[in-house]
Amino acid sequence: MGLEQKLGDMGIVTTSLEKAVGWARTRSMWPLLFGLACCAIEMMSTQASRYDLSRFGMELMRASPRQSDLMIVAGRVSRKMAPVLRNLYDQMPDPKWVIAMGDCASCGGVFNNYAIVQGVDEIVPVDVYVAGCPPRPETLIDGIIKLHEKVRAEPLKKWA
Amino acid sequence: MLTQTEAPTLGENTVRVEDVQLDITLDQLKKLVSPRALTGETMLMNMGPQHPSTHGVLRLLLELDGETIVNCIPDIGYLHTGIEKTAEGKTYLKAIPLTDRTDYLAPMSNNLAFCGTVEKLVGIEVPLRAQYLRVILMELTRMNSHLVWLGTHALDIGAMSVFLYCMREREMILDIYEAVSGARMMSSYIRPGGLWRDVPNVFFDLVQRVLDVFPRRLLEYEKLLTHNPMWKERTVGIGKISAQDAIAWGMTGPCLRGSGVNYDVRKAYPYSSYDHFEFSVPVGSNGDVYDRYLCRMEEFNQSLKIIRQALKNLPAGPVMTDDRKVAPPPKHEIAYSMESLIHHFKLWTEGFKAPEGEVYFAVESGKGEYGVLLSGDGTSKPRRVHFRAPSFHNLQPLNELARGHMLADIVAIIGSIDIVLGDVDR
Repeated sequence: MGLEQKLGDMGIVTTSLEKAVGWARTRSMWPLLFGLACCAIEMMSTQASRYDLSRFGMELMRASPRQSDLMIVAGRVSRKMAPVLRNLYDQMPDPKWVIAMGDCASCGGVFNNYAIVQGVDEIVPVDVYVAGCPPRPETLIDGIIKLHEKVRAEPLKKWA
Repeated sequence: MLTQTEAPTLGENTVRVEDVQLDITLDQLKKLVSPRALTGETMLMNMGPQHPSTHGVLRLLLELDGETIVNCIPDIGYLHTGIEKTAEGKTYLKAIPLTDRTDYLAPMSNNLAFCGTVEKLVGIEVPLRAQYLRVILMELTRMNSHLVWLGTHALDIGAMSVFLYCMREREMILDIYEAVSGARMMSSYIRPGGLWRDVPNVFFDLVQRVLDVFPRRLLEYEKLLTHNPMWKERTVGIGKISAQDAIAWGMTGPCLRGSGVNYDVRKAYPYSSYDHFEFSVPVGSNGDVYDRYLCRMEEFNQSLKIIRQALKNLPAGPVMTDDRKVAPPPKHEIAYSMESLIHHFKLWTEGFKAPEGEVYFAVESGKGEYGVLLSGDGTSKPRRVHFRAPSFHNLQPLNELARGHMLADIVAIIGSIDIVLGDVDR
């Protein structure tokens, strides 16, 4: 009757709740639409025609931190921008992750000077560092896949 | 944070300075906004720095009367990188990668502006082949910059598909960057005295592909936008500025030409043998968002025209000056020439020395006059570097452009002046 007949004999898949939730989280990750500098242009390329981030279910970038769960810090963070960035991170609902895209966001890059925060991990906890100045879109996608692996392996307890 | 010293004068709608969250005092705020804002008659609203249509991290303090903009005060500095100061501590060669990162949509224009200044200061002759290749790369860079402008400008106004088309075409130009320099964006390909190396053979195929494909794609954009009534509704008559005002505010590039002033550095002060090529400078008349749009669209065509001419007449020869005091010797020479080895060693450790003096050299980048003021002090590092960033000057009249328009128009106006915050803040 009903559903079983329509679906046929699909068998049963058993999994743990943790794995199911982790899988679901990677498949509906909404990045924050937040560009800072040069890396933001490569982030745009990643979304656009050739590299097409929507293959990973992530083309929907939200401009509001309230609706997003991944912050890609794309570019150099100046001392004036740092409090704003932290404010945005605080506004994002749990669970949330951060990718430091590019050398400037990871460690200050070529700008070892008075104006630039030497690595965004001084302000927010970073999950994945993506190297490059700026990283190629493939590199960013690789970083995102690494993050997905990490998210799938996360225990439920972490965000409970 | 602010300290409020004066008590508000009217009821509960009155503006408190804490709400504005600017690092200024109430007295300073009074100079920026109209007296009506302080009584709560008009509304102060914050826009940015995290706003998708401010093209980066521009922050605006808007004073609104209903939906009409009374004042629009930009707050810049959220991307201040200290590039000028950092460049003082680097040799002339090592400062080039920093220039890539000022206006990151037109890295090659910045390279040329800086290297041209160094060449002027030291007195280096650039071989003709290098000059022609520079011209080709300059025009590709202009197209690169304009493509991102068109895509994001249209996206801001609501035409999503244009963005995807523009980024598709931009990849063709990035492929060329990658072929010549090895990097997609931050090329550092242009060096004092010429180019890093000669272009690979695939360069000509890639440029030819752009020349073949691009005119067709350009028609597509025009079909989507130029006569689109919705596009015209959002752009015609918006953000007007007269020719006198545009000059007075120091606007350059398509923003100035949109107001009807025929000023282009390529024509006025030809560099890199731009005087060898035939091209026209598109000039608008109304000085509104639509005219600036038309100017840039026509510049695509002119860029293609210049590239065709340069490719056809490209001379053979070296791409780097043979002055060994500034240009590194070829690798094979180092194996048997003591002198070359010394030059190589001196260049990569100490760098070449520039004489004392101050020079200014400007190029026409996609956004306007990109100039570099360089002050040498006889050593291998500059005493002072200043970038005359076109975005910074084009941003200045924003209040004049936006006043009296609707809140939604501010997005179109910011798009049309084509600012890059890396260029504004440096």
